[in-house]
Amino acid sequence: MAIDPETVAHIARLARIKVTEDEKAALAGELSTILQWIEQLDEVDTAGVEPVSSVVDAVLPWREDRVTDGGQAEKVLRNAPEAVPGFFAVPKVVE
Amino acid sequence: MTTPSELTHLTLAGARDGLAARRFSAVELADAHVAAIEAGRQLNAFITETPDQARAMAAESDRRIAAGEARPLEGIPLAIKDLFCTEGVATTAGSHILDGFRPAYESTVTANLWRAGAVMLGKANLDEFAMGSSNMTSYHGAVENPWRRQGDNRPLTPGGSSGGSAAAVAARMALGATGTDTGGSIRQPAAFCGIVGIKPTYGRCSRWGIVAFASSLDQAGPMARTVRDAAILLGQMAGHDPKDSTSVPLPVPDFEKALDEGVRGLRIGIPREYRIEGTPPEIEALWQQGIAWLKDAGAEPVEISLPHARYALPTYYIIAPAEASSNLARYDGVRFGLRVPGGSLDEMYENTRAAGFGAEVKRRVLIGTYVLSAGYYDAYYLKAQRVRARIVEDFRNAFQQVDAILTPATPSAAFGLGENMDDPLAMYLNDVFTVTANLAGLPGLSVPGGLSAEGLPLGLQVLGRAFDEATVLRVGQAIERAAGFDAKPAMVGGAA
Repeated sequence: MAIDPETVAHIARLARIKVTEDEKAALAGELSTILQWIEQLDEVDTAGVEPVSSVVDAVLPWREDRVTDGGQAEKVLRNAPEAVPGFFAVPKVVE
Repeated sequence: MTTPSELTHLTLAGARDGLAARRFSAVELADAHVAAIEAGRQLNAFITETPDQARAMAAESDRRIAAGEARPLEGIPLAIKDLFCTEGVATTAGSHILDGFRPAYESTVTANLWRAGAVMLGKANLDEFAMGSSNMTSYHGAVENPWRRQGDNRPLTPGGSSGGSAAAVAARMALGATGTDTGGSIRQPAAFCGIVGIKPTYGRCSRWGIVAFASSLDQAGPMARTVRDAAILLGQMAGHDPKDSTSVPLPVPDFEKALDEGVRGLRIGIPREYRIEGTPPEIEALWQQGIAWLKDAGAEPVEISLPHARYALPTYYIIAPAEASSNLARYDGVRFGLRVPGGSLDEMYENTRAAGFGAEVKRRVLIGTYVLSAGYYDAYYLKAQRVRARIVEDFRNAFQQVDAILTPATPSAAFGLGENMDDPLAMYLNDVFTVTANLAGLPGLSVPGGLSAEGLPLGLQVLGRAFDEATVLRVGQAIERAAGFDAKPAMVGGAA
């Protein structure tokens, strides 16, 4: 499948990455080459094969529903580009 | 008195024994390595050096040794790939987008190492978010391989993504290092730098506190100059961790002790699909040599088939970017790292991610977003997961006949810095021999087997059954003994 610059713009929007017009054209070419190479997988007969999402056979463990960590807002906020006491700060979302 | 350069040329096991016998102190050992790191800065192997921390940890080790309370890795100086979160110490993942990030917590694997007495020298350079095979994608600049081609002084890649870790160990700046391996990121740089690296079974080491790339493939593992050293490190890094639900609650064997068992009677699979057109004859020759060495050591080579191995790389390049696109959604300019302002919240996200991610990371996030998007999910993502099931099945069948598998580690020796950068697919081919182990979750080790005609190290790869790292290490040690690989980069005293 060949990807055109409009498709690049669409997925870049979904991924929240700003791309320039020049980048769109270049990425369309690069992504198309990669996807065309990936399409050799169509040769593999996978009828009736269950998709594998984890190679660990174990069933995911359950644990008791109790608090084991937390109360570290101040430490966590220390890494924020912008914060006010107790909160992350972001540009205004609602007028 | 042991000189600083004698200290940096010790094996990890040798340093451990020397410390126990009080032939030198942990502070002397740390100082020797700190000096080696300063002298080798042109390699750019470290993003952050932590000499003060190293000396403080070493002083505590000396106190413990004097008190008779030495722990298994007491006083052993290590480099930590800058993908592991280290409390209070900058952690960049090789990316601009994590500028200024100082984790408020320690990764489980590094916490295990410190609890065992190891000493942190600093944070090693890597490809951005571990996405690359050359270390060229690091925001903090490329790493140089300490090796050079004979009679040619042009810089070479150390491989990637754990390129800083591999270069540091090969250049005698650390006795060992941590790496992570999603498609070959421990084994390929180990092969390019003439050292040993093992990616353990998925679930053997906790992923908690390691910056995530592709969660179903990522595993941490050790890099060191001998198989024994790698075995010692793995024994301390591994173990069940309730904070990683995919970490497996199995006891960790004594890997170092297992080395004594040898390889007599083991059946070694030689997969015919790993003979790939275009592989240099010297790689094929080394592989044949490896088979002969194991036969001489009493193992039995058996030809096997892994019919879907050739589809592993394209399968990986759907699954890994898909998982990466999801994992990297957290870098949004809100909670940590870089923020580039915008007129709206969405524009702030888009500006931050455009400025913060490099070209290869963007390519992979976009591919991942595409294969997971409405209309393409079945055709690409589910298809890849079905092919992955075929690959897992191939190995299951193979391991009914054999105890381990021997292959080349890489399709070439180290290439020039900056080569393969204009063609993503050419770069991806570096992982052609390693990536199957990640898709199947199996342990894989790279061990130096010899030098190329140009004087560069070449590695062999050993794959094993799930949670059978012990056999993989035993086979690796048999190769190491037979190969007698003692070549060193010229910059640390090897032949020029």
